[in-house]
Amino acid sequence: MTDTLAEHADSHLHKGEPLIEMDGVGKSYGAIRALRGINLRVNAGEVTCVLGDNGAGKSTLIKIMSGLHPHNEGSLRVDGAEVSFSSPREALGHGIATVYQDLAVVSLMEVWRNFFLGSELTAGSYPLAGLKVKQMREIADTELRKMGIVVKDINQPIGTLSGGQRQCVAIARAVYFGARVLILDEPTAALGVKQSGVVLKYVAAARDAGLGVVFITHNPHHAYMVGDHFVILKLGETALDKNRQQVSLDELTTQMAGGDELAELSHELGRQ
Amino acid sequence: MTQTTVEAPAPPAGRVRLGLSNRLLARPEIGALVAAIIIFIFFLILAPSFRSAESFFTVLYQSSVIGIVAVGVGLLMIGGEFDLSAGVIVYTAGLANSMFCWYFGVNLWVGAFISLALCLLIGFLNGYLVMRTGIPSFLITLGTFFVLQGANLGVTKLVTGTVSSTDVSQIAGYDSLGKVFSSSFKVGSVTIWTSVIWWFLFVALATWALQRTRVGNWIFAVGGNADSARAVGVPVMRTKIGLFMTVSFLGWFVGMHQLYRFNTLQAGGGVGNEFIYIIAAVVGGTLLTGGYGNAIGVAIGAFIFGMTSLGIIYAGWDPNWFKAFLGVMLLLAVLVNLYVKRMSTMRRAGS
Repeated sequence: MTDTLAEHADSHLHKGEPLIEMDGVGKSYGAIRALRGINLRVNAGEVTCVLGDNGAGKSTLIKIMSGLHPHNEGSLRVDGAEVSFSSPREALGHGIATVYQDLAVVSLMEVWRNFFLGSELTAGSYPLAGLKVKQMREIADTELRKMGIVVKDINQPIGTLSGGQRQCVAIARAVYFGARVLILDEPTAALGVKQSGVVLKYVAAARDAGLGVVFITHNPHHAYMVGDHFVILKLGETALDKNRQQVSLDELTTQMAGGDELAELSHELGRQ
Repeated sequence: MTQTTVEAPAPPAGRVRLGLSNRLLARPEIGALVAAIIIFIFFLILAPSFRSAESFFTVLYQSSVIGIVAVGVGLLMIGGEFDLSAGVIVYTAGLANSMFCWYFGVNLWVGAFISLALCLLIGFLNGYLVMRTGIPSFLITLGTFFVLQGANLGVTKLVTGTVSSTDVSQIAGYDSLGKVFSSSFKVGSVTIWTSVIWWFLFVALATWALQRTRVGNWIFAVGGNADSARAVGVPVMRTKIGLFMTVSFLGWFVGMHQLYRFNTLQAGGGVGNEFIYIIAAVVGGTLLTGGYGNAIGVAIGAFIFGMTSLGIIYAGWDPNWFKAFLGVMLLLAVLVNLYVKRMSTMRRAGS
């Protein structure tokens, strides 16, 4: 599995080389400041985990990186060059692919159409150029198979696959189309234990293939299994920013559960 | 992008090929096809004058006038939007052409192109407003519908002093435009209108575009899940605006046909047709919420419309019943579609 992911990953990626650098990035929606002072580094071959409660600013952070909303404070650099994305297409052009929890795929469309959506193979560039349907079916089938995802029928609507499989198809697609940075938005949130395991293996495989991975999650246990670097967001600001060596799972869990606030709360409730 | 060369793969294990019946059931137009055959037989039995090649081609003609715009409306609905202004825009197109040329005394071709530009602009505005504001297309195009309906009457009254446009048959360009948009030829005793051929062409083009082109893939995607589509780089705004403009282009096309067929147009025409287009699309298996359907289904939907509207007359019944019949058809179609979809997805999941 790892080998096939590596086969498609960009061979110019060097482990540890910074792909995305954020300095003091902030974002306001009108009078509401959703994010401020975020410093984040996404390095090749590493998993950067972004943790946080609901409303902590995780989604805003993803939206800035994936090109859905531009940031309005600080600087965002991709491969050392300052950028501000105005569309997901632009972010994709820089090799930044995002896989969203609930909107990774179009459920009524066939598996192979989903696999190639937005990057269809056509016989020419004129508007009514034919799609290379047969070729796309075959590639989608072989690629998914190579990555260990066996679908019964590549022509079945993707909505008939399980949640874990859909996430995997979405990740496989991003890697196949040359993603260098993979942003995963709560890929395990809606999944059972076994399915989460499958997805986590993919995350690890993508990391080993040299991609920079941003793994957004609620779940510190999942994060700790694959993460190299951990960032916890709280009310739009960084509450913790540590490397794997500097932090233990316990600390991560406590911080996630509320940290100091939790200690205060248990003191207030007064039960030993 | 990495591209591997694919050698012919051995049939992979664990891969299931669906049986013919399941694959047929999974097609959107199958319900409409069955309904069309039943209605056809029904009128063959009940209406003796229905049983001739001439009346069959009259039915096709009737279907084409609805079917051409319905193709666009169907595509738009697959793309997840509505256009309620599609009925009146046909008359806006014809009236604009006719009155512009009559008032300024210019060649009808000039008017036809001005009318085309106007229609494309209306389509663009529909799409742009929907995409920019996020207001449901139902409301935006309901607005355009009323604006156009009022403007059609108001402007016509201002220009001609009556509620119908003046006769264009004496203005330069009439003959050549008539040839393009509204001519017919005879094969034996059968009259074939070119609009039928245009209709078939548009259906074929839409079918090809939907199934075999990148744009078609995008249409399904923006209708099925616009956010996912956007996230993988599909230009959602451009695709949807393009669909609105396709509808208004086809509306213009039929508007030209109406104008050069009848030479004069009633300013209040076209109201109510927008629903007939939607009915044709839904009867043809298009999902009201978008992301599912095809052009052939919509064509069959339009054919059912043509068949019933004329069949009732051929059978000698009171044509006032037509709308009631259409309503029943719509309800049946929705039920059949629901049933067929459930059947096909159930078997798929179980296979």
